[in-house]
Amino acid sequence: MSFNDIFERHNWDETSRSIYAKTSVDVEQALNAPKRTLEDFKALISPAAAPYLERMAQLSQQLTLKRFGNTIQMYVPLYLSNECNNICTYCGFSYDNKVKRKTLSPMEIMEEVVVIKEMGYDHVLLVTGEANQSVHTDYFKKVLELIRPHFAHISMEVQPLDLSDYQELTPYGLNTVLVYQETYHEEDYKKHHPKGKKSNFQYRLDTPDRLGKAGIHKMGLGVLIGLEDWRTDSFFTALHLNYLEKQYWQSKYSISFPRLRPFSGGLEPKVAMNDRELVQLICAYRLFNEEVELSISTRESVAFRDNIIKLGITSISAGSKTNPGGYAVEPQSLEQFEISDERTAEEIAEMIHKQGYEAIWKDWDISLTK
Amino acid sequence: MLKIADKTFNSRLFTGTGKFSSPEAMEAALLASGSELVTVALKRVDLNDEADDLLKHLNHPQINLLPNTSGVRNAKEAVFAAQMAREALETNWIKLEIHPDPKYLMPDPIETLKATEELAKLGFIILPYIHADPVLCKRLEDAGTAAVMPLGSPIGSNKGLKTIDFLEIIISQSNVPVIIDAGIGSPSDAAKAMEIGADAVLVNTAIAVSGNPAKMAEAFKIAVQAGRMAYEARLGQVYSQAVASSPLTAFLDDEF
Repeated sequence: MSFNDIFERHNWDETSRSIYAKTSVDVEQALNAPKRTLEDFKALISPAAAPYLERMAQLSQQLTLKRFGNTIQMYVPLYLSNECNNICTYCGFSYDNKVKRKTLSPMEIMEEVVVIKEMGYDHVLLVTGEANQSVHTDYFKKVLELIRPHFAHISMEVQPLDLSDYQELTPYGLNTVLVYQETYHEEDYKKHHPKGKKSNFQYRLDTPDRLGKAGIHKMGLGVLIGLEDWRTDSFFTALHLNYLEKQYWQSKYSISFPRLRPFSGGLEPKVAMNDRELVQLICAYRLFNEEVELSISTRESVAFRDNIIKLGITSISAGSKTNPGGYAVEPQSLEQFEISDERTAEEIAEMIHKQGYEAIWKDWDISLTK
Repeated sequence: MLKIADKTFNSRLFTGTGKFSSPEAMEAALLASGSELVTVALKRVDLNDEADDLLKHLNHPQINLLPNTSGVRNAKEAVFAAQMAREALETNWIKLEIHPDPKYLMPDPIETLKATEELAKLGFIILPYIHADPVLCKRLEDAGTAAVMPLGSPIGSNKGLKTIDFLEIIISQSNVPVIIDAGIGSPSDAAKAMEIGADAVLVNTAIAVSGNPAKMAEAFKIAVQAGRMAYEARLGQVYSQAVASSPLTAFLDDEF
């Protein structure tokens, strides 16, 4: 059994229609339910739920407090490479973006690590494009070996790998893998990813199953908001999460909701999502799943990030650079996207503190996975 | 006085260190609770950093640290983590938490028993977090546990003593202290746990996430004391109807 068996039973257009057909009666039923179903989730992300936003936010806050307490986890991306063989219509690293590419050497990685550690970080997210000739499992192994002594928790957001690759990497301290489907709209997925290994929709869709089989501690799901109708895409994300939690019950899950950001040579979002709608989505996820981690990046604005802290989010990045070498080695190299909130990690921690929350820098220990 | 292994405790309220809004708020609440045994997740502290912020705020003579293994998924990982904790925090006390299920944080009975057997051989004072499973409690006793920590309801749920029928069996047949851990949502839950004869309770979420953690900690302190006093004084029997006379045997009083 894999997620595809479930995915095949769902049709994009029908799903979309059923979300837009939800009424205030469905929303109220969803709000009052002690345990919420996927149909409830549809109601909560539907246009019919818009007038209920304040109530959703209050419920989301309470549920998040109960599970996660007054805490927000801090993480930071470390871009290792912007080499990429894929063409993706929305990404700065796209192969057809004719800009000089860079992959960090071990020495350069350590220079970046020094700066990241000075910022206070103990949790790091390694990011690359997809360039299998230079950025492959052996490269990742070397990087993990190199940085493991310096971080309590290591995540990766790189190209999808084979099961055997994940099995090889976990003993090196790989704790979490993020693989965003970008969109669950199969035909349009191919339009956004015309060339490269990433154009294989099925391989990407099966990745969380491979991660689950490899016994990964945590995996991150999400879609790129702006590519397609976010409500329908978010339903499929929730469907995926629901399946994975039951199938790979020993793994933790997190969700991100990246909204398309400008980058050099990029397209405008096809479907815009405003701030109210993003809050609605975040709260809907929380109401649907009390335990899932919800993460927000520096893509979002200062004002939005300040106000979202208390509404259901559990982790946040700050002071991020989205280019390899961005912290120390080569600050001007090609970045994946422009960040919006440019405040330092310290400033964000202070903002969190002022809201009565504690910024958590360390919530894992390598001694737990020996 | 409560005695676990070689240590005695004046307070029967054990506490945790997670979910507080700041280390200062945590410290204030723990002091107000009067707690003498405070559990701390290995994953949250920097074992190599003597100035670790969390540990700094736990540095009080009455507070004993109880490191926990939260995050491990099997006995092997738990034993390794316990050894790391012993080395870094200089205590052989360990709260054994093995929940391979990160969603509901349900303890794994099989791995917990295995880890207890091994840790006992290595000289640890083990306090295992478990389901309210009376047979497992006896098996853990045989394996050399110092206490048992059955759950009242799922961790962080604030649902109270959903497992009360099993807790009562455990308490009635245990040779080691029974500490009710997880799910205690209000001081009345804690008092109830003490009234049925628990040796102690462990409370974290209900204190940390309340509007005023220090005040709530004190409320728990008083409730635990009251519950214990009630237990020692022996509660009256609960009847489902008024008991006024002896309809079945009154005839014996009649003169024939």
